[in-house]
Amino acid sequence: MSERSVRMTVNGEVRQASVEPRLTLADFLREKCHLTGTHLGCEHGVCGACTVMVDGAAVRSCLAFAVQADGAEVTTIEGIAHPDGELSAVQAAFRDCHGLQCGFCTPGFVVSVTAFLRDNPGPSDEEVLDALSGNLCRCTGYQGIIRAVHQAAGTLREAAGA
Amino acid sequence: MTAVEAATAGRYAGARVPRVEDARLLTGAGTYVDDISLPGMLHACFVRSPHARAAVKTVDVAAARALAGVHHVFVAADLNPDVREQWHTSIGPDGPETPRPPLADDEVRFAGDPVALVVADTRYIAEDAAELVEVDYEPLPAVVDYVSAGSSPTLVHASHGSNVIGEMAGLPASALQGVFDSAAHVVSETIYQQAYAAVPMEGRGLVVDYSRSTGDLTIYSATQSPHEVRLFCSRLLGMPEHRIRVVMRDTGGAFGQKIMVQRDEMVLMLAARKVAAPVKWVEDRRENLLAAGKSRHEHAAVKMAFDAEGAVQAVGIDFVSDCGAYPTPWPVGTSAVVGVLFPGPYRVPKASFAAKCVYTNTAGRSAYRGPWQFESLAREVLLDIAARQMGMDPLELRRRNLLRADELPYANANGMTYDRIAPLETFEQALQMLDPAAFRREQAEARTHGRYIGMGVSTYVEPSTPAFGYYATEAATIRVEPSGKVNVYMAGGSTGNSIETTVVQLAADALGVNIDDVATIQGDTALTGFGAGAAGSRSGSMSAGAIGEAAAVVRERIVAIAAHKLEAAPEDIELAGSRASVRGTPSIGLSLAEVAAMSYFDPLSLPPGVSAGLEASARYTTRAGIWVNATHACTCEVDVTTGAVKILRYIVSEDCGPMINPNVVEGQIAGGTVQGIGGVLFEELAYDQDGNPVATTFMDYLLPTAADVPIIEHGHIETPSGGPGGYKGVGEGGAIGSPPAVVNAVADALSPFGVTITRLPLGPAQVLDLIESAPGR
Ligand code: FES
Ligand code: FES
Repeated sequence: MSERSVRMTVNGEVRQASVEPRLTLADFLREKCHLTGTHLGCEHGVCGACTVMVDGAAVRSCLAFAVQADGAEVTTIEGIAHPDGELSAVQAAFRDCHGLQCGFCTPGFVVSVTAFLRDNPGPSDEEVLDALSGNLCRCTGYQGIIRAVHQAAGTLREAAGA
Repeated sequence: MTAVEAATAGRYAGARVPRVEDARLLTGAGTYVDDISLPGMLHACFVRSPHARAAVKTVDVAAARALAGVHHVFVAADLNPDVREQWHTSIGPDGPETPRPPLADDEVRFAGDPVALVVADTRYIAEDAAELVEVDYEPLPAVVDYVSAGSSPTLVHASHGSNVIGEMAGLPASALQGVFDSAAHVVSETIYQQAYAAVPMEGRGLVVDYSRSTGDLTIYSATQSPHEVRLFCSRLLGMPEHRIRVVMRDTGGAFGQKIMVQRDEMVLMLAARKVAAPVKWVEDRRENLLAAGKSRHEHAAVKMAFDAEGAVQAVGIDFVSDCGAYPTPWPVGTSAVVGVLFPGPYRVPKASFAAKCVYTNTAGRSAYRGPWQFESLAREVLLDIAARQMGMDPLELRRRNLLRADELPYANANGMTYDRIAPLETFEQALQMLDPAAFRREQAEARTHGRYIGMGVSTYVEPSTPAFGYYATEAATIRVEPSGKVNVYMAGGSTGNSIETTVVQLAADALGVNIDDVATIQGDTALTGFGAGAAGSRSGSMSAGAIGEAAAVVRERIVAIAAHKLEAAPEDIELAGSRASVRGTPSIGLSLAEVAAMSYFDPLSLPPGVSAGLEASARYTTRAGIWVNATHACTCEVDVTTGAVKILRYIVSEDCGPMINPNVVEGQIAGGTVQGIGGVLFEELAYDQDGNPVATTFMDYLLPTAADVPIIEHGHIETPSGGPGGYKGVGEGGAIGSPPAVVNAVADALSPFGVTITRLPLGPAQVLDLIESAPGR
C-alpha cells in the first residue's frame, strides 16, 4: 500500500513518519511514537480507552487515521502531567479518589475529563455522568472516577480563581 | 486515617494509603502486554471458524503465505503434534479434562474456534493474510441449546460419548421428599441466568520470545498467574520449567478470565520455537467476546420447604450449567460448589443437590468472579418469591432464618462449617442504612402517582482464600538492601487488585519501616517464588501470611544486630519508623541503614550466630479457608412504559474483617457489584439458534456506564478471620451479592402486577414482557 508522509506535534514534539493511509492514529501514537499510554479496548469507538486530544478536542484515536491528524497538535496521556512531572489536577484527583484499579481505561478517562472540565469548569452531577458515560471501566464501578471529576473540578476552579 | 497519620501511629494497615501503582498508570507509563515491543518482533492473528460446528475439509494457506510480510501460517498439523502434556495445576494430570487441540484439526466446535495462526511483520498484514486463508468447511448440526444438550444425539465431542461433561450430587432430592410433603409451605421454581462474561477492558495476549541459541523462552503475558503460565508452558512444550520466564507488569483487568492458559495461548507457546523472532498476539474485542470464554449461563430447579412460622425445613437444587465446547478448566467441581453453598447463611437443617455440566457448540466456560454465584442468585430470588407466596415480609423471612452469632460455628446441611461470619449483623446494618419503613411509605406514595419503585436485598456467605492444593501456600522474599531500603518479592502482579500497595503496606508494618522505604517486585517468575496468583479472593490474606513469615526472620536479625551494637537486650529493641531503638529511650538507636551497613559491609562485627545480609525467603501455608459474608440492599425504579430500570440506592454491608486499605476494599466491592448489576440489566453473551454469536462488539454487548450506576454506600462489619491479621478476601463478593438484590428490587417494584421473575437478563424488552404477561395486569 502506498505510504504518505504525516507530520504532527505530539505532546509538544514534532513527529514525522511515512505511514499507510489505513494506519489509525492510535497505532501511529503507539507504534511510531512509542507512546503506549493510549490504550485500545475495543477498536470500534465505544470504550474511550484510546481518547487523545487533537487540536484540543477529545478524539477516539482508534477511529481516526494518522493521516487525518496531519498538521495537528495532539496531546496524549503522556502529555497531561506538568513538565516537571507533577500530576495534573485531574490525574491527582483520580489518585486521591481511588479512580483507577487496573489502570487500562485510565488514560482515556483522564484525557476525556481534562477536555470536559476545560470546556465546562462547573459541571452539574448529571453533566458529569453524561460526560463519563462515553468511557468504559470494568474495575471501579465508576465510584472513584465520579468523585475524582468533582474533586478535579473544584481544584481547577480554585486555581482559576486564585 | 491518611498515610501520614498512619505513619505516626506506626501502622499502615487500615489506612487509606495512596496506591503505589498509580504513578505509572496515571501517566501512561504502565506496561501492559501490548506495550511490549522487542527488536524484530512479529505479530500474530488467528483465523477463526465462522461456524458453530463444521468439519474442516482443507485449509489452503498458499495465498496467505505468498503475501509480502507474512512469515508463517500455522495449521493444526504444524503445531498440535508438539503438545507433550496439557493440564492445569488446579486440576492435576489425571483430571477428566476436555480434549483441547490447540488449533482445531478435523472439526470446529464453536464460532471463533481457532483454525490457523498467521505470523507477519505487522498486525495489519497478519489480518490481511488471515483473510486469504481458505478453509473448506462442511457445516454440521450444532448443539446450541444447553438445556436439551444432555439428551441430544448430536455430540460436541464425539470422543467423550455424551454431551454431559460430568455430574456431582449430594443427598438425593428423594431423600427429602417426606419433609417437602409434610411442610406447611413449599416453594419451587426454575431460575435461569443468561450467559455473560468477565470482559476485562484489556483482552488476553502474550508475547513469546524464544532464543534458539540459549534454548530459553521468555513470555510476557496478560495473566493473573505468571507462575501457572510458566508451569503450563513447560508441560506443554516438554521444556524444563527453569528455562522459561514469564513476566507480567500490568494486566488490564482479568476477573477470573486470565487465571488459566487457554487454547489460543497454547498456540502461541507452540509457535514460539518455530519462529526466529519474538511474536506478539493481543486479542481484539471481537476475539475476546467470541473466544475468551463465557460464564454464568445456567439454570436450576430449586425448592424450599417452610414450617408454618416461615422457618426453613429443607432446600433442594438441581443445577445445570452450559460449559460450551472447551471449558477451561474442568468445570464440574465448581458446579458442585453451587449445590454445596445453596443453603447460604441460613439455618437450613436439610439440603439436597445435584449439579450437571454440559457441552455445547459455543464459547467455553471460563472462570468469572464468584464462579458459583448462581447459588446466591437462586436462593435469594426464591426466598422473595416464597415470602410473597406466604404473605410474609421478605425481610422478616430472612431475619427468622439467618444464622446468629451464638450459633457459630455452624455446619451447613452439605457439610460446610461456617465460622467467623456475621450474616445477621450485616443484614441489620444494611437495613438500618436503607430504612425499609421509610422506603415502604415512599413506595406507597409513588404508586399513587403511577411510579413503580422497589427494594431488594440479598445475603450470602462465600469461601475466600482457598486452603487446598497450590492455593494453600504463598511465598515472600524480603530483602533489606545495603542502604536500608527494602524490596519485597512476591508472585503477585497488578491486575487491578492493588496488590503492590497492599504488599508495601503490610511489609512496612511487619518490619517497622517507613512506607517510602519499601518497594515491591512482582509478576516475574525469574525473580519471585512460586505462587498460584490472583484467584479465589486470596491475594490479601495470603500476602499477609507470607510477608509475616519472611519479616519475622528479618526482624529477628535486625533486632540481634541492634541489641549487640547498643548493648541492650533483644527484648528491649523496638522497630519503628525505619529505626531500631531501645524501648523507652528512643534517642538510643540505629537507623535501618546503619544496621544494614553493619550486616553487609562489616560482617565480622556481627554478634555470634547472626549471619551476614538482611534477607529472608519464607512461605506461608494456610490450613483453613476463610468465610466472608455480606448483605446487599438496593432500591430501583422501573419505568413501566419503556421497561428501563434505574437503580436509586445501593448499599453493601460486608463483613470484610479488618481492612488493610479501605479504598481497596471498597473499590473491589464496588467493581464486583457493578459487574453484577451489568449482568442483570445489560449484558448478554447471546447466540442465535444456529450458534452464531450476536454480541461481538460493545455495540451489542452492553457494559454498564457511569450513568447507569448508583453511588454505592458501604457498611463494614469487622469480624476477624482465623487467618493472618484476621483479614478476609473481598475480591469476588460484589459480583455474587448484587444480581439477586437487583432482581428482587425489580420484582418488588413490579409486585402490583403480580410478576414472578425467574429469567435473566432484565433488559427493557424483558421487563416489558414480564409486565405484559403478568397475571395482575
Ligand atoms: S479503543 Fe477506541 S473507543 Fe475503544
Ligand atoms: S481501572 Fe480497570 S478498566 Fe478501569
